[in-house]
Amino acid sequence: MNWTAIKSIYVFEMTRFFRTFLQSLISPVLSTSLYFVVFGAAIGSRINEVEGVSYAAFIVPGLIMLSVMTQGISNGSFGIYFPKFIGTIYELLSAPVSFLEIVVGYVGAAATKAMFIGVIILITAFFFVDLHIMHPGAMVLFLVLTCVSFSLFGFIIGIWAKNFEQLQLVPLLIVTPLVFLGGSFYSISMLPPVWQAISMFNPVVYLISGFRWAFFGIADVPIGTSLMAIAAFTGLCLLVVGWIFRTGWRIRE
Amino acid sequence: MSTILEIRDLKKSYDGGFEALKGVNLSIEEGEIIALLGPNGAGKTTLISAICGIVMPTSGSVSVGGHDIGTDFRAARTLIGLVPQEVALEPFEKVINTVRFSRGLFGKRGDDALIETILKRLSLWDKRNNQIKELSGGMKRRVLIAKALAHEPRVLFLDEPTAGVDVELRKDMWDIVADLKADGVTIILTTHYIEEAEAIADRIGVIAKGEILLVEDKDALMLRMGKKELEVQLSAPLDALPASLQSDTVRLGPDGSSLIYTYDTRAERTGITKLLSDVAAEGLVLRDVVTRQSSLEDIFVTLVKEDAA
Repeated sequence: MNWTAIKSIYVFEMTRFFRTFLQSLISPVLSTSLYFVVFGAAIGSRINEVEGVSYAAFIVPGLIMLSVMTQGISNGSFGIYFPKFIGTIYELLSAPVSFLEIVVGYVGAAATKAMFIGVIILITAFFFVDLHIMHPGAMVLFLVLTCVSFSLFGFIIGIWAKNFEQLQLVPLLIVTPLVFLGGSFYSISMLPPVWQAISMFNPVVYLISGFRWAFFGIADVPIGTSLMAIAAFTGLCLLVVGWIFRTGWRIRE
Repeated sequence: MSTILEIRDLKKSYDGGFEALKGVNLSIEEGEIIALLGPNGAGKTTLISAICGIVMPTSGSVSVGGHDIGTDFRAARTLIGLVPQEVALEPFEKVINTVRFSRGLFGKRGDDALIETILKRLSLWDKRNNQIKELSGGMKRRVLIAKALAHEPRVLFLDEPTAGVDVELRKDMWDIVADLKADGVTIILTTHYIEEAEAIADRIGVIAKGEILLVEDKDALMLRMGKKELEVQLSAPLDALPASLQSDTVRLGPDGSSLIYTYDTRAERTGITKLLSDVAAEGLVLRDVVTRQSSLEDIFVTLVKEDAA
């Protein structure tokens, strides 16, 4: 392993993040605060507790997941798409680095950025609601796995995208609806039975449910199923990345 | 000198059936500067891209310093530095950071003293903390060179380094290349400026339509090019060259109907006056006198045309 190269990619990417640190921070903090005001205070005050948890607290895991998933995808895809777009990818391809090292560097940085945002939202949440995290270890595990797997997914989108429109297409048309319909703001049990059944096909449901379990010990699906779902998603992304690695698809044609 | 780059039957074809490289063979000696001349679309950039790992060759082999670029890509690529044709740089990054990044990417530990030397040599030191987007086009090209040199490559590829740059910068580039050669770096540059190849190369390769048409020592080529021929057409053909005209530089033309004299246009005395007076002394009657010169450009154009035919 060329660790120096991995570190170089990672540091280079993180520098870009810190160059625009304030913008990177203000946006998620502001939008999360708005969610708390609108859903937590305004609407939440008219909603009874959900499975024993106040509504404002109930939406915290979903809000973090929402941000972490979209941030992971956008960081992961932009990180590799930008060098392709401006042409600096020539240097990556001509360097003595394997594709695995490129992936570790870029996805590592993208996941770290997503993690940052997730933690900042969590800290913001403490200002609005009274939160107790029941299983902190599981919470961290879910957070890390989600950051990594969605950054990987973003990386694949970044490799696939031929233009900025395509780069936005998957996050906008597929991921955002899945995340919103994945139980970020409600428990699946609140839905009519038909929609409950349909929701089971939404992979995001398992992730949010698992993450919420780590906070409050309540879940829409068993925690084991959630873990298997995130492991399967990560595995699938790794398989696709491995295939890209072997074929040079859309990078080394 | 030992061979540092060995290209064997390198082919690259694309899905549409287009053959960008049609079996290129080339050996490059350590420490030499070779210029690859060719028109646009000749395959120069594809050749470089295939060697450097940017495109996958369809078949053939390339080894750098004895390391195969496929099976031993780490060792091979560590030896290579690439300055691409297009200026591709992260616009918001500082000059020094992007050069440091390049070194790290090649697995080398940070060496600020070396980076300082490189930046100073390329007149970039004063701009080290500037963002790339603040630099002029010429400065950006220098940054590309600095990035390529940051990991101390033994072989440097310069893909049209002076395309679209002003005369002053072009001369600067040539000086930089001369410095690198003095350090023992092997340089492969592509260009379509014949003047550039003449100015800095040890050997010249001509490439067109994915094939190497000629690789020759520049001095030998220049010798051929610097020579001019004077053809003295005679009214009556000769059976043999008269004794007074016999020399290494005079030969009898086809059918004995002309004398062909080869001379160096750059010499102080061309010897034409003496030749003509010797011809007059032999009592030969002249029908016509023709001179012709083959330039590198002529050779280049002829080769490319022959290939197209």
